Amino acid sequence: MSAPAASPAAVEVQGLSASYGPAAVALRDVTFSATGGQAVAVLGPNGGRKTTLFRALLGELPTASGSATVHGTIAYVPQTERSRLDFPVSALDVALMGAYARTSWYRRIAARDRSLARVALERVGLAERAGTRFGALSGGQRQRVLIARALVQDAGVLLLDEPFAGVDRTSEEAIMGILDELRAEGRVLLIATHDVEQARGWDRVLCLAGRQIAYGAPAETLTNAVLEGTYGEEIVMLDCGHRAVAIQHHSHSHNH
Amino acid sequence: MDIVSSGLLQRALLEVMVLGATCGALGVWLLHLRHTYAAESLAHAMLPGLVIAALVGAPLLLGAAGGVLAAAALIALAARDTRVGPEIAVGVTVTTAFGLGAMLATPDVPARLGELLFGDLLGTTTADLVAACGLGAVVGLALWAGHRPLAAAVFDPLAAPSLGVRPGRVELALLVLLALAVVAAVQGLGNLLVLALIVAPAAGALRLGRTIGMQIALAAALGALSGLIGLVASAELDLAAGASVALAAIVLWMLAALLGPRPPSPAGGTPRSLAETLSGG
Repeated sequence: MSAPAASPAAVEVQGLSASYGPAAVALRDVTFSATGGQAVAVLGPNGGRKTTLFRALLGELPTASGSATVHGTIAYVPQTERSRLDFPVSALDVALMGAYARTSWYRRIAARDRSLARVALERVGLAERAGTRFGALSGGQRQRVLIARALVQDAGVLLLDEPFAGVDRTSEEAIMGILDELRAEGRVLLIATHDVEQARGWDRVLCLAGRQIAYGAPAETLTNAVLEGTYGEEIVMLDCGHRAVAIQHHSHSHNH
Repeated sequence: MDIVSSGLLQRALLEVMVLGATCGALGVWLLHLRHTYAAESLAHAMLPGLVIAALVGAPLLLGAAGGVLAAAALIALAARDTRVGPEIAVGVTVTTAFGLGAMLATPDVPARLGELLFGDLLGTTTADLVAACGLGAVVGLALWAGHRPLAAAVFDPLAAPSLGVRPGRVELALLVLLALAVVAAVQGLGNLLVLALIVAPAAGALRLGRTIGMQIALAAALGALSGLIGLVASAELDLAAGASVALAAIVLWMLAALLGPRPPSPAGGTPRSLAETLSGG
C-alpha cells in the first residue's frame, strides 16, 4: 500500500469559524496549512474545540466564515472507547469498513479491498488478530485497527482523536512507529492530544482554545505564554524544565 | 385439537411465524442502535388511530398507519422545542396518544379494545397474511441492502460520515421499517404484544450470535419459534394466542440468557448478578 501520490495531500484552513447551529460560533479564527509529510499536534483543553475542528475539516459542520480545503481523501480515526465494543465485528470487519464508501450496496466488498484490509492489519502488526472480536482487543490494538481502516480508505489526510489515550506503553510505541511511517509516505496527520511533551516531537503544533492561539513549529510555538493562553488555569508546570501537562479529566460530551 | 387440519389455525400459525421472523431480524438492529424505547413508543402511540378505525369500521391497517404518522409528526413537532427535547417529546406524545385512544374506546367499543391491545391472531385473514409476507420481504431486502451502513452507524457513528455513511438517515430508515412492521403486526399481535416479538428474540440472539449475520438469523429463528410454540400452547391449553406468543418469546430469551455462553466482558472475572446476566450487559 503506498501513499496517494497523484495529488499531494494537504490541508489549508483560512480564517475558519465553525458552529453547531446559528446560536453560537464554536470555533473561530483558525488559519493554518499543512502539507504532505507533516504531522500537526492539535493541542487544547477540554472544550478547546479540537473535535469541532476535525468535524469542520470533514465537512460535517457549516462554516460560519472562512474556508477549509482538504486535498486528498480524509479519514477520521476516533478514540476507540467511543466505538461500540459490544458490537460483534472482527478486527478485519472494522478494517473493511474503510472500503464501504467505494462499495455499491448490492455488491460484496471487492477481493482487492479484502486483501488491502489484510495488508493494512499486517502493517499495524495485527495480522494474527484479524479474526478477533474488536471489543476483545486492547485499547492500543483497537487504535491500530482504526488506523488500518484509515489505510484501507487510502486516506491522504488522517485526523486522529487522542490516539494515545488509554493506550499501554508498547502500543504507544507501535502507534508512534506507524504514524512516523505514514508521515514519511507524504500523508498529513492531525493529531489531537493532551500531551504537550509529545506534541514537541511533531512537525507543527496548533493550539486551540475556542479560537486559534498559535500555530507553528513546536520549538518556537510552545512558549509558556502560548500554553497559558491555551490551557488557562488548567496548566501545571512540572519541575523537569519545560514540561507542562493539562490536568483536567478528559471528556468530549460538551463538544456535541 | 389438530392444528394442522384447521384452516383458521394454519393461517394464524403462518402469520405469527412470518411476523416473528421479521420482527426478530429487525429487532437485532433496533437493540444495537438502542432504539427499544422508540419501538415501544411507536407501537403504543398508534392506539388512537386503531380505535378510530375500529369505530368507523375502516381496516385496522389504515388506522395503524394513520396513528403512526400522527404520532411521528407530534413527536417531531414537540422535539423541535429545545426546552422539551426528544425523550420528553416521545414520552408526552405516547402517553397522550395512548390515553386518547383508551378514552375514545370507551364505552362504545370496550370489547374491541382488548383485541387492539392484544391482537386477534385467530382472526387472521388471507389479506393479513399477504401483508405480513410482503412486510417480511421488504424488511429482509432492506436489512440485506443496508447491512454495511447499519454496521457503520451502530459501531462508529462518529466516523461513519467519513466512511460514506450518514447515521441519521440510517436510523430514520430503520425507524420507518419499524413503523411498517408494527403496522403490519398489529392486527395479529396487538399494539402491546408486538413489542415482545421485536425485543425478546433479538435480545436472545444478541447473547448467542457471534457475528451480526448469525444474530439476525438466530433472532428470526427465535421469533418464528416463539410464534410456533406460543400458538400451539394456546390451542392446546386454551390460552389467549397473542399473550402465549409473547410469553413464549420471553421464555426463549430467558433460556438464551441463562444457558447461552457468557457474554464477552473486557473486565472479566467479576461474578455477574442475575439482572446483569439477563440484560447481557
